[in-house]
Amino acid sequence: MPRRFDVHLHGWLLLLPALAFLALFTHYPAIATLIESFYSTPRGARPSRFVGLDNYQALLEDPVFWQSLSNNLIFALGTIPLSIALAIVMAIWVNDRLAGRAWLRTAFFTPTVLPMIAVANIWLFFFTPQYGLLEQFSHLFGFASQNWLGSPETALFCVIVVAVWKEAGFFMIFYLAALQQIPPSLAEAAALEGASRWTYLRRIVLPLMMPTTLFVLINAIINSFRLVDHIIVMTRGGPDNATSLLLFYIYEVGFKFWDTSYAAALTMMLLLLLALMAMAQYVFLERRVHYQ
Amino acid sequence: MNAAERPHPFEPRGFARVVDTVAAWTLAILWALPLLYAVWTAFHPSEYSARFELLAPLTLENFAKAWEAAPFARYFLNTVMLVTLILICQFVLCTLAAYAFARYRFWGSEIAFFLVLLQLMVMPEILIVENYRTMSVLGILDSIPSIALPYVASAFGIFLLRQTFKTVPRELDDAARVEGASALQVLMKVYVPLAKPIYLAYGLVSVSFHWNNFLWPLVVTNSVSARPLTVGLQVFSSTDQGIDWSIITAATLMTSAPLLLAFLLFQRQFVQSFMRAGIR
Repeated sequence: MPRRFDVHLHGWLLLLPALAFLALFTHYPAIATLIESFYSTPRGARPSRFVGLDNYQALLEDPVFWQSLSNNLIFALGTIPLSIALAIVMAIWVNDRLAGRAWLRTAFFTPTVLPMIAVANIWLFFFTPQYGLLEQFSHLFGFASQNWLGSPETALFCVIVVAVWKEAGFFMIFYLAALQQIPPSLAEAAALEGASRWTYLRRIVLPLMMPTTLFVLINAIINSFRLVDHIIVMTRGGPDNATSLLLFYIYEVGFKFWDTSYAAALTMMLLLLLALMAMAQYVFLERRVHYQ
Repeated sequence: MNAAERPHPFEPRGFARVVDTVAAWTLAILWALPLLYAVWTAFHPSEYSARFELLAPLTLENFAKAWEAAPFARYFLNTVMLVTLILICQFVLCTLAAYAFARYRFWGSEIAFFLVLLQLMVMPEILIVENYRTMSVLGILDSIPSIALPYVASAFGIFLLRQTFKTVPRELDDAARVEGASALQVLMKVYVPLAKPIYLAYGLVSVSFHWNNFLWPLVVTNSVSARPLTVGLQVFSSTDQGIDWSIITAATLMTSAPLLLAFLLFQRQFVQSFMRAGIR
């Protein structure tokens, strides 16, 4: 074993390169964003100056911010439970060795490998008025023509469908891994006790998959606030901000209106939201997972 | 009897199995439909793009037109350079850091680990405005390194490798050191070879993530020489050159093709890699 001091030095030297990059592109920008949110955006001859909480005041009075926030919550609530439920069902089916299970797995998992932007392009065509496949189907059944992405009532719903389509197969993989780790003796014991399939799934399989659910849930929540590629391609936040998500709004304010200080305040809100959710997960879920 | 072949007592049987199979296949077809639709549109002349006739003529012209209409060859090259650069940097940086966390008890290692894990929540995507400013100060806007830099130190990679290195028996480490190997030699000769499957798994996850990444490259690039495929595709399909869906769909499939083909060929490895990367 090397001498004591060397251990500390070597440890830090090994860590240094990674930590330097993290400091430059994660820690520093987070702090810089906080500081900038208290200043005004420099415009022309007017330099940036300290404005205290003005940006946050503006944010509270900004209807687009509130709409993006509520859109994002609806988007998260619309995608996460549905894609997790579908993922569990898909995993059970693939695990049950139904006829053609390899094909089933391929069909479910393939959307995951595609870039979100390609997925969005494909679905954009799918939803196109008059022309798209959805429209042709609804014509076939005699429904009136509908601009799915063009009307505020349906646009967010379309975006949710796309996200569920892309993510369910990804989560399926983790449930499949969890299912394969459940010892067969448990199923045999339950069968001896005369349990029904439903009881077995509900009382044994689902609780045993709880750690997977926590992992998937964290991923899903982060994704619902991190991924806005499909918004940029499909709706650009429209119509009438009906599909504007928080990060998309930050992107617009930062790079379309170049109001960097206001974008900084918005970014802080997003970080706050993520921190709150991390804490909620820790408090509510941590206890229910480690019982094994 | 082999455990894998033993019939599972709760696998559906008889009529229930038929119902399950039909339901599973319905969902699978529904899931495959958008992609099959895209394939149909891309391989047929545009008058058939939304008309389904069994004998519609097949064509590759949409791909040829898309290839000519935008510098996709350059975009491909950019994306390949981008994912390679990120992968190499990630492997080096994450290996060193993971080794430190797995096998050194140094002052402040717990705080340092917390600082690393913060990136799992505060992802580079969220800090685009400030990181854009940093790149502009560094004078490297609109270049491939500027797309790569925020991702080269990956908390996920460090965590994954640290967990793996921790499972390496101490005795192997000690034995190598008794033979006179330095810390770095031990890392390269003992730890890295034992973690090979994890490197493969992490590599696949990283490559597919960065091949598909869009928002940050969109923000930080604005010329053909730096744009990756995803951004190139978006620029191509959103410019008003008369929206021809057949060509756009062909371009879309073309940009996803390498990853999609790799996935279909190495499906088992992909699926296992994603599992492996997730479980730890």
